[in-house]
Amino acid sequence: MASAAQRRIKSISYAKYGYIFILPFFLVYFFFQLWPLINTFIVSFQGNGAETGEFVGLENFKHLLKKVTLTTEENRKVLGILPVESDAEYQELAAKKMQGAIHDDFIRSFKNTLVLWFGNFIPQIALSLSLAVWFTDAKLKIPGKGFFKVIMYMPNIITAASVAVLFMSLCSESKYGAFNQLFHSLGIVDELEGPDRDVVKFVTNKWPARFVIMFIQTWMWFGNTMIMLMSGIMGINPSLFEAASIDGASSGQVFRKITLPLLSPIMVYTLVTSMIGGLQMFDIPYLYHAGNVPNKEVSTVAVFIYGHFHTGQKYQNYGYSGAASVLLFMVTLLLGSITFYMNRDVDAIAKKKQRKKLAKQVKAQNKQFGGLSV
Amino acid sequence: MSKMKSVYGQPKDNYMFKIRLKSGILFFWCLILTIICVLPIYILVINATRLDTDIAGGLAIVPDKYLGRNIRAMKQNFGNLFKPLIGYRNSAIITVSATFLTVFFSALTAYGIHVYEFKLKEVSYTVILLIMMVPTQVTATGFLNFMAKIGLVDTYWPLILPAAAAPAIVFFMRSYMKSSFPLDIVEAARIDGSGEFRTFLTIAIPMMKPAIAVQAIFAFVANWNNFYTPSMILLSSKTEQKTLPMMISSIQASDKTSDLGVVYTCIALSIVPIIIAYVLLSRYIIAGVALGGVKE
Repeated sequence: MASAAQRRIKSISYAKYGYIFILPFFLVYFFFQLWPLINTFIVSFQGNGAETGEFVGLENFKHLLKKVTLTTEENRKVLGILPVESDAEYQELAAKKMQGAIHDDFIRSFKNTLVLWFGNFIPQIALSLSLAVWFTDAKLKIPGKGFFKVIMYMPNIITAASVAVLFMSLCSESKYGAFNQLFHSLGIVDELEGPDRDVVKFVTNKWPARFVIMFIQTWMWFGNTMIMLMSGIMGINPSLFEAASIDGASSGQVFRKITLPLLSPIMVYTLVTSMIGGLQMFDIPYLYHAGNVPNKEVSTVAVFIYGHFHTGQKYQNYGYSGAASVLLFMVTLLLGSITFYMNRDVDAIAKKKQRKKLAKQVKAQNKQFGGLSV
Repeated sequence: MSKMKSVYGQPKDNYMFKIRLKSGILFFWCLILTIICVLPIYILVINATRLDTDIAGGLAIVPDKYLGRNIRAMKQNFGNLFKPLIGYRNSAIITVSATFLTVFFSALTAYGIHVYEFKLKEVSYTVILLIMMVPTQVTATGFLNFMAKIGLVDTYWPLILPAAAAPAIVFFMRSYMKSSFPLDIVEAARIDGSGEFRTFLTIAIPMMKPAIAVQAIFAFVANWNNFYTPSMILLSSKTEQKTLPMMISSIQASDKTSDLGVVYTCIALSIVPIIIAYVLLSRYIIAGVALGGVKE
């Protein structure tokens, strides 16, 4: 028999403190993240500009995804070359033209996002994986590993906005551009100024600009990825590497048969975080341009979204940015689930299934005995 | 015996030579990467000390003596666009408060989930894991729309308060507590008559110091470097309100960028503090990343 005091101690429930402790998190989460997320879905069904707040159904999604092309005649009418019959017709044509422009803009920014992400992820993972393998190889003796790690991580810590503006100045197409000066002194570029100016157009040309952005992204992130992969490799049981080297495995075999398979959880994590980060790429594509208008050839979905809720006018195009956000959300969800599906542990799932089957069999057998467990 | 030595000794020497050669080549490759990592920043610092006309003339290896002149020219030309001291102050206000909220409330939430048994415990933890994956950019439209409705745009509140809900950091703290915070300590504190909040403040927080320090550094860096949210929320173009990254971006957008020495000086002023902090804290930062620190 427990004494009264003992019973009382047992009956004290601390559950309410659990709720009190997690309450602030969920309150803040609700107001500043969950409700905004729902609100994004709501505004994606509402109008733009002066029509903000009016329900328009799937209109925004239609504008973003449906291709609109104007005939040459229509185009001339909008531009005022051909006469229009009425004001209403002109308005209609102008609206159609704007829709077409928004669709093109969205599709282009989407393509840019994918191109820029692939272009920085592949060199980044190749570089960081090889460095991580070499740095963790017990046989190799590379002096100054700690120093290299510190230096290679450094670009990641610097303000991305400053990095963008810095590279803008370094890649400038005028005679001031440091990279063009470097090319000039190496003899790749002939003339920095004057009428027969011959410089690499790092800012205004499509592919050089994209290349610079991919370079900046790789430059900023490879150190981070390298350190994460290194900690992953160091988590692998060292006796596996020893056994392999005793069996005479070459370093390529060790990499393919041991390191890579055992590293896959961390690789998936890296892939997913990099993908989500890549889809959100904003600072550098947004700031990498000359003049006042962001460079269309490198603008990403995030820049598109920002541009529409930040029009600089009285009304914002919440509808378009909301719809683009919803589409971005879907893509993130899809890519994330594909990656997880491809990397699921097949053996573990099979084992689980088998266990369930066994449990079912046992249950069925027990039923034969009138539900009594034997 | 001697014959055996010559037979078996040879390959071994060859092997050592191969390893040394490979290490040497890799060392050289790492040196090249190091130069690539440092070069842009090196050019930046050097050019910040040079005159505009000299920069047009080509690259330089050693710093010049015009840093003071560039800073004076910056005050003259960019005086109303780039005010480094005000930028530092604004960034510091936002960053320090947001970092404090992030680590305190993440620790509190992780503690609540770890220590107490309650009905929604597992559910709430799963919810936290799920929302970790939602990109911030996706909620931005609704966030701005909501903030505009309740009149919080142009204030620092939308930049500071949301920091209290950081799912990734809660996840990190929970896994840290699982490995190094035994529940017996809470029991012992209860028997000694300590209240639940006091136990958290005086026992749990000191025990979680390493995790808190790592996450504080990352939260600080992320907030200090944040350009997206501040430029979304702080709509008025008052320089007095802008954070440091916003000032840098406004320099870029202005058409007064003809004096490159000054532009480089401005960028250097925005980068140098964080590099100094990095040099001092690099050991902890690298260790933190290796722990699976949060990737932005």
